[in-house]
Amino acid sequence: MNAIEVRKISKSYGKLKAVNEVSLEVQEGELFGLIGPDGAGKTTLFRLLATLIAPDSGSASLAGYDIVKEYHAIRSCVGYMPGRFSLYPDLTVEENLNFFAALFNVTVEESYDLVAPIYKQIEPFRERRAGKLSGGMKQKLALSCALIHRPKVLFLDEPTTGVDAVSRKEFWDMLQRLKEKGITILVSTPYMDEASRCDRIALCNEGRILGIDTPTGIVNGFRSPLYGIKAKNMFALLEEARKARGVEDCYPFGESHHLVADSEFNLDNFKKDFDGFEGFFIEPVEPTIEDMFIKLMKQ
Amino acid sequence: MKDIVISVRNLTKKFGSFTAVDNVSFDVRRGEIFGFLGANGAGKTTAMRMLCGLSYPTSGSGSVAGYDIISQSEEIKRHIGYMSQKFSLYNDLTVWENIDLFAGIYGLGRADTKERAVKLLRRLNFEQERDTLVGSLPLGWKQKLAFAIATIHNPEVVFLDEPTGGVDPITRRQFWELIYEATERGTTIFVTTHYMDEAEYCSRVSIMVDGEVRALDTPAHLKQQFAASSMDEVFRTLARGATRGE
Amino acid sequence: MKNNFISFVKKESLHILRDKRTMLIVMLIPVILMILFGFAISTEVNNVNVAIVAPHRSDGVKEAVERLASNDYFTFLGYIDEEQADEYLRSGKVTAVIVFDTEYDRNVALAKSGVPVKPVIELILDASNVNTAGSAAAYLQSVLLGSASEQAMFETRMLFNPQMKSAYNFVPGIMGAIFILVCAMMTSVSIVREKETGTMEVLLVSPVRPFKIIFAKMIPYFTISCIVLVTILMLARYLLEVPMSGGVGGIFALSLLYLVLSLSLGLFVSTITKTQVAALLISAMVMLMPILMLSGLLFPIENLPKFFQAVSTIVPARWYIDAIRKMMIQGLPIIAVWKDCIILLAMTALLLAVSLKKFNDKLE
Repeated sequence: MNAIEVRKISKSYGKLKAVNEVSLEVQEGELFGLIGPDGAGKTTLFRLLATLIAPDSGSASLAGYDIVKEYHAIRSCVGYMPGRFSLYPDLTVEENLNFFAALFNVTVEESYDLVAPIYKQIEPFRERRAGKLSGGMKQKLALSCALIHRPKVLFLDEPTTGVDAVSRKEFWDMLQRLKEKGITILVSTPYMDEASRCDRIALCNEGRILGIDTPTGIVNGFRSPLYGIKAKNMFALLEEARKARGVEDCYPFGESHHLVADSEFNLDNFKKDFDGFEGFFIEPVEPTIEDMFIKLMKQ
Repeated sequence: MKDIVISVRNLTKKFGSFTAVDNVSFDVRRGEIFGFLGANGAGKTTAMRMLCGLSYPTSGSGSVAGYDIISQSEEIKRHIGYMSQKFSLYNDLTVWENIDLFAGIYGLGRADTKERAVKLLRRLNFEQERDTLVGSLPLGWKQKLAFAIATIHNPEVVFLDEPTGGVDPITRRQFWELIYEATERGTTIFVTTHYMDEAEYCSRVSIMVDGEVRALDTPAHLKQQFAASSMDEVFRTLARGATRGE
Repeated sequence: MKNNFISFVKKESLHILRDKRTMLIVMLIPVILMILFGFAISTEVNNVNVAIVAPHRSDGVKEAVERLASNDYFTFLGYIDEEQADEYLRSGKVTAVIVFDTEYDRNVALAKSGVPVKPVIELILDASNVNTAGSAAAYLQSVLLGSASEQAMFETRMLFNPQMKSAYNFVPGIMGAIFILVCAMMTSVSIVREKETGTMEVLLVSPVRPFKIIFAKMIPYFTISCIVLVTILMLARYLLEVPMSGGVGGIFALSLLYLVLSLSLGLFVSTITKTQVAALLISAMVMLMPILMLSGLLFPIENLPKFFQAVSTIVPARWYIDAIRKMMIQGLPIIAVWKDCIILLAMTALLLAVSLKKFNDKLE
């Protein structure tokens, strides 16, 4: 049985179609990522699945329960961590945890084995107010609180936004371990580089899903030849490359520009034409999820 | 020396017994995109405040756009631009009103403002949105507009605080194109960010850990030096040794 | 399920206890106001000029005049027509006008024979000097009561400063305003704060029913308000020596009802606002202003323009202050203000019903 099934669900706010006929399935024990920028509809989708709002049309079920008719059943088997850190800044670490345990009618002891690997890292600060924790520690506390009732499904809405790279890596490692304990995880992020940590991902933009696959599957879908180009004057290079023959698209990509070639592209001719650029350099590169995202967005 | 736009020597800032910024020295060249990275609590914000003339160093010296950060902080504020993801524009004012307001803040005259504003809107293809409330623009547009406004007075240096978090990949690239274009005109860009893929766009990157600058080079050299495949790895290698949090 | 309700209350109490500044303000403001107004009053009365309006100069009236004339504090200036009263007061010729009912003597006689009618004596005072007017009214009443008209009913009208901004009258007013402040403003802000920080989302996603969340929030604020209530009543009784002859029990019971009403109002505000600033603005501007202006706290209802009189009927504080005033100062029992009680009760029920319906377990 699928842990999450979403069938053609839609939700609008006025004219804005926040979620537009989205369908997806998440298997039990899967770590599923919703990848997309702000305004892609990730938060609305979470709220729909967490039964906080009702869909305009379509349906969805979680662990077999319908999100509209059986929402009370869903609420005890879902752990939800909204985008903003949903902790009480004026309560201590320990008080926060105890409160969330009480909220779900469990004791901290009952779930300690599940929470411990995460909570242990912040336990030395249990007397500290949550508002005084660093971003990474807040994140760990919020995750502990979301796990306290042993949910079957865990919703994490942009858990890594505003957190530094080290804490982010630790966070994804923690999710990996939770997954191994059989918890289904639906996580969203605007950062394409985090996508590879998921089993499967859905690329979302403006309320729609552009594609669903494994990270490798997504990247393999990028069939055009892709090159990285560099020169001393990057801006002039970008403008010239866009005008060149056989170039489908060219855009900045960190240190180099990525150049998407079409069938008319000829590497030798291109090299010759751009030889005049100081420090010109071209090499084939592997496409990333971000390249695919750009391609899908432009279609 | 005219090509050094930001120069910092032994910059130190202490809060009581806590040394937020510890003996930091570096130079930023004209037209460079300088990435200023660090974990939460590494001292980035404190250092940047000193560069913008918002706080005084405990010891050490520095100059920005040719002005001394201790004695000429008011001059500095007139010659820099600032944009952050958290605050940039007033949502309840229209595009034009925002431009007009910030042009006024930076001391541009009426005619000058008008001329530059028209140019700015044309460059961004925003002419249609002149009277749109900024709050109703998509996030990516807002950020492009914010950057354009932060550079309306042709500042020598623009400070960007996590400029492109949460923006879609296409708009994000358009944003970086604007930045490249600005550096073409000789503007220097100083970016702080958590996100290492933003770091990859920089000409040079410095990484702060526990108040000190632990690494400073081009992304390519840093990756080589740390035998890493991405800036993310470089950063993690350095920041893992951090002893203090936020 | 009992166990998690207690932890809810505990959590709310912690929020309050940790926010020391707000707590201090809430506890201290009533005390400061009470002391300020308490020391602003004095009871000296000297040379008060009095005129009398009496259509029939009956025996009862004459007796009253004699009593006045023989009193050192009052100077009887003579009889005047009803139409002259206003001019006399306005020009300052007299400080008080006593108006006897046309049927005064007959009513006195009837009352004496056991018929339940009340002879009415109306006292009209220039209250621009608060201290004089207040004491004069009280003194006049006691002087006139000594006459044959033991059963007389006094109707006192204070002109020019009818509320007599002095402690006696301010106590009910302060109570009416403070409870709204503590209950409505603080509860609404505390609920809306959770919407802002995102914790409300987590609470709603949990299996706990929303009314539980709400009641758990109300309890600590209710407790604080009760402490404030006791403080005010103690100060009123022992520092300002407000009589409270209507019975402390009744005053307390009515105040508790008003506390619940204020909490419901706060809840209602929280259901229609999304940010703390909005909640604060609505509580402070939209609610506090009518409470100050239209409740009889600063200006008497009957002196307001007709339109505002109509508006004032939906201001809960109006009914509460009116009832408390009657109970505290006029010494009426709670039965006598049953009308106010019913109105307050109805308002509470309505607000609670509407807010609980609006505060469902969805986000929108």
